[in-house]
Amino acid sequence: MIGQGAESTNQRRHSYVDDYVEVGFFTDPTVCIGCKACEVACKEWNEVPDDGFTWSGNSYDNTGRLGASTWRHVLFLEQDRQKGNQVVGSIDGDLSAVASAKADDPFRWVFLSDVCKHCEEAGCLEACPTGSIIRTEVGSVFVQDDVCNGCGYCVVSCPFGVIDRRSEPLPNAGGAFKCTFCYDRQKSGLTPACAKVCPTESIVFGRLDDLRARADERVRQLRENGYNDAQLYDPKETSVRGIHAFFLILGEPGAYGLPPKPDVPTIYLKSAWASAIATAIGAFIATLCAFYFL
Amino acid sequence: MADEERLDQLREEAWRKGVVSGRGVDISGGPIPRQSGYYGLPILKPPVWTWEVPVYFFVGGIAGMAAVIALTATLFHHVDLARMAMLLAALGAILSSILLMLDLGRPRLFLNMLRVFKYKSVMSVGAWILTFFGGCAVSGLIALQLKWLLLAWPLLVGSAILGVLLGTYTGALLGVTAIPAWYLHRVLLPIHFGTAGLGSAAALLELLGYRIAPLHGLGLLAAAGESLLWIWLELDRHGAADRALHEGQSGWLIRGGEILSGPLALLFRLLGLIPFAAVFFLIGALINRFGWVCAGKVCAADPEAVLAAQRP
Repeated sequence: MIGQGAESTNQRRHSYVDDYVEVGFFTDPTVCIGCKACEVACKEWNEVPDDGFTWSGNSYDNTGRLGASTWRHVLFLEQDRQKGNQVVGSIDGDLSAVASAKADDPFRWVFLSDVCKHCEEAGCLEACPTGSIIRTEVGSVFVQDDVCNGCGYCVVSCPFGVIDRRSEPLPNAGGAFKCTFCYDRQKSGLTPACAKVCPTESIVFGRLDDLRARADERVRQLRENGYNDAQLYDPKETSVRGIHAFFLILGEPGAYGLPPKPDVPTIYLKSAWASAIATAIGAFIATLCAFYFL
Repeated sequence: MADEERLDQLREEAWRKGVVSGRGVDISGGPIPRQSGYYGLPILKPPVWTWEVPVYFFVGGIAGMAAVIALTATLFHHVDLARMAMLLAALGAILSSILLMLDLGRPRLFLNMLRVFKYKSVMSVGAWILTFFGGCAVSGLIALQLKWLLLAWPLLVGSAILGVLLGTYTGALLGVTAIPAWYLHRVLLPIHFGTAGLGSAAALLELLGYRIAPLHGLGLLAAAGESLLWIWLELDRHGAADRALHEGQSGWLIRGGEILSGPLALLFRLLGLIPFAAVFFLIGALINRFGWVCAGKVCAADPEAVLAAQRP
């Protein structure tokens, strides 16, 4: 199931854009080796400028967060927990100590390649006042850079904190940027750059329905093999109604900087506008009364 | 320092034995994420808005509510007041547009705001409200000055309706976002911004010399309203999720603004010191708008706030 090599959907040409087939990414940290090839391929293909070289001190992650000039980001989590049935702690050359060493000094290193989630109900798309952000034929969320005037409302409307406005002196500054799902490549029948280069197929690109089935199968497989905290991060039960780039995670979403229960801000429209209109009517009445009675 | 020594011991041991048997070193601030979220990094993106946006909230609120006062003043034959209020509305509309353009990442593409109308985007609805309000207010002012009353009436009515929405929609603009400190108070925000706008418009007109009872009454109402909203905000706490509204610099900006335009303005009005009350109200309203935008930035940068808001 994993490691399909040349047979993988990552390596095949496709016609999803022409056929209006919904596509997605399934990202599986249990096979990620943290090589960051996806980050590099994304930057190279999309000509995303560098946004500074800083040493974070957070494991081997100096990228930090997704942003206007970071569309793929490999997280490095170091946790004092066991990963599946892995052997942990010191062995001292005596293999009989393995069993007792198991719970002694647990440590695991998790790598996860984060990306724009391409939400079913996308906060950025709903918020965009220019119509710059659109839904493509394959169900991804795409920012048309020539239309975006940089109002910044998508930035505060994304429940995942993905999209951001690019600042000076970077090229094309002022506009909002995020992962394009390599829409240009997909139109030509190519796989997104990050999935194409992923050497372990930790990032899998393919039809959304296929990927969901594959992800469920992978979670089941991992749980059988002792990964008790393996779960799918795909918030279908919230107002986001699911994401097109979903993740398998070990442990809690919060540790990955993923919101546990993200909501699309449009669910607040009703109460906020009700309050605004009631206030507007109140202000009218108050002014009329002030002039009539005083 | 102890950590460094322990690290040296481990290196030494590894060099001699080829294996390290003991526990590793727990370096404070070291690799394992110990802060909430992912190394304490923000989960959300802080707003990119700069000073233009809170100033726009302030100016737009005054302009919009001035149009309401202009219509009502015309109805009750305060012609001079109506003209001055309409002048404030028109100037405010122009200034608001400039502020909004300056805040854009690409000001030259401002007109793209009017490419589409999206009722689900408060920013889109707001851009259209401001556009039509500006058109009504400027032409209404001209019609009023030229005494073309047949034309002036519909324009006055139009600018009053759009103006009152301009003064309140800004609350919804902040309320319909992913930032907990804002969306948790999405009902309070439009009431608060609307009240502040009405009080500010009345205060500014009083400072411009229109010391009449109706404006004083509106000033009293707004100051009393702001006092109540301050109490509401102090009581309606959501723990870590909206602590940016109560703590630190952003918290004090909001609280300071509320105290100035709430209880202090009310006190000065009751003492009859109307100019002081008006000045306090205006300063408070402006500081408060800065506080709300600042709180959004603080809250979005705080992963604990986002996690707390989404905890079941």
